[in-house]
Amino acid sequence: MSEPLISARGLTKRYGDFTAVDAIDFDVAKGESFGLLGPNGAGKSTTMRIIAATSQRTSGTITILGRDPEEHGPQIRAHLGVVPQQDNLDTELTVTENLFIYGRYFGLSKKFIRTKIEELLEFAQLEEKRDVKVDALSGGMKRRLTIARALVSEPDILMLDEPTTGLDPQARHILWDRLFRLKELGVTLVITTHFMDEAEQLCDRLVVMDKGKIMAEGSPLELIKAYSTKEVLEVRFGSDRNKEIAPTLRAMCSRIEELPDRILMYVEDGEALLEEILNKKLHPTTSLVRRSSLEDVFLRLTGRTLIE
Amino acid sequence: MNSGISVTKIRSFGAIYVAEARISAMLKWKSVIAIVAIGNPLFYLIAIGIGVGVLVNENSGTSGTGGVEYITFIAPALLASAAITAALDEAMFPVMEGFKWRKLFYAMNSTPITGPQIALGVFIAALARVAFTVICYWAVLIAFGVMSVEQSWDVIPVTIFAAGAFAAIIIGITAKVKNDDYFMTVLNRLIIMPMFLFSGTFFPLDSMPIYLQPIGWISPLWHSTELGRYFSYGYPLSATMLTVHFAFLLALLIGGFALANKTFTIRLTK
Repeated sequence: MSEPLISARGLTKRYGDFTAVDAIDFDVAKGESFGLLGPNGAGKSTTMRIIAATSQRTSGTITILGRDPEEHGPQIRAHLGVVPQQDNLDTELTVTENLFIYGRYFGLSKKFIRTKIEELLEFAQLEEKRDVKVDALSGGMKRRLTIARALVSEPDILMLDEPTTGLDPQARHILWDRLFRLKELGVTLVITTHFMDEAEQLCDRLVVMDKGKIMAEGSPLELIKAYSTKEVLEVRFGSDRNKEIAPTLRAMCSRIEELPDRILMYVEDGEALLEEILNKKLHPTTSLVRRSSLEDVFLRLTGRTLIE
Repeated sequence: MNSGISVTKIRSFGAIYVAEARISAMLKWKSVIAIVAIGNPLFYLIAIGIGVGVLVNENSGTSGTGGVEYITFIAPALLASAAITAALDEAMFPVMEGFKWRKLFYAMNSTPITGPQIALGVFIAALARVAFTVICYWAVLIAFGVMSVEQSWDVIPVTIFAAGAFAAIIIGITAKVKNDDYFMTVLNRLIIMPMFLFSGTFFPLDSMPIYLQPIGWISPLWHSTELGRYFSYGYPLSATMLTVHFAFLLALLIGGFALANKTFTIRLTK
């Protein structure tokens, strides 16, 4: 691996008594798509803000593009594209005006920005909205514009904090498609998310965070292999009977998780296990065999679900 | 890596880029700004200058206003007050918007632009709006024959300077506001309004009881008004008072920037 673009060691951020980020280590390589997965309050956004050179760490070290953000904030920010959790577009200005003024903050020439805007409007599929006030755009369009805005300076690293939170499924898929294209173009992406499907779709490698700590690290597939089984059988017996039957089920496979509404059974062959259960005349009201996901990894690591 | 980005260039011009953005937002309101800039002096001249002025002149002559017509006496005060109102608009709202309402400053700060550059950019844009307002107001005063061009042109830079000092301190104070529920009401009704009434705008400050005069002494509007009178019609001011007025406004300007630079940096890098 060549010199990493981002490298953190013992990175810590405290707000008074509260430790938001607790001595984490990670590296991000050039061209990689790196994810921070975890529930709300895990410390993902704080980590992102430290990487974005807009929040100062309490202790530990971090270099971004070989520089320390405490000393070289503007130099680092000159080569980052930041998509914050909440869009902070100027809603009174039009789509192109937003791209234009943002490009100016990087000291780019008016001519360069004008050419770049055409390219970005096409990329964000906003050509028809170019002279529309941001106020009038849908949530998905605003998000795409925020991403386009972050790309106006041709950044080395694109940072996306919860890129699709609050969007409807169709808007999410359009956005994923756009981000996937950036990934193919070799743009280094750093993404936080609490959606496991998003992490699986977009991240080459990720860290699972909880309460400011990194719980595990690897590619989505590696994590699933290491912390879960190939398949998961989900069974429901109704909330009263779940508790009663759980001990019987526990004896039938290596691991089960009891959730308030259902029981998850971790196995290599889900169908075979379901048949076994039916043979015992346990009769679940519903059952589902699926492949393990990062949600299962998270459950295993923290004992909690991602979205609570 | 985009080779067109020069951090050295941004270090020099960052505030200008912020001002550019502020001015393009302001231009969305250009007709409102222009109507206020021209309409405001017209209304005041007609209502106070002609209406109240006739009453004052008929009853007490020019003895209460140091030997000049009432309209001559209040014109520089109205000019100073319009400049300060414009400064307030372009200092308070953008800062509330930037930190709280639309978080625009956080977007600016995710680029190489720094907190102090944002504060300076907002200030430059406010100064542009103030300059426009002052020039329009002054032109109306000239057109009505209230001031003469030769004698009063220097009231323009002086009034802009005073309103700029006020803008700086408002930028600094507003940056500290986390909860805007009461801030603007309190600022407008309990600070701006009394300042307008008790700063020697409509009558000389020393005609008020001594215990009310301190309101004027700490009011940027009074200092601006006194200077405006001095430069527009030769109102008598001692060298000491002239220095005091400039020094007070300069202190406000420097203090405002010191506060703004510190607060902007802290709030953006938490």
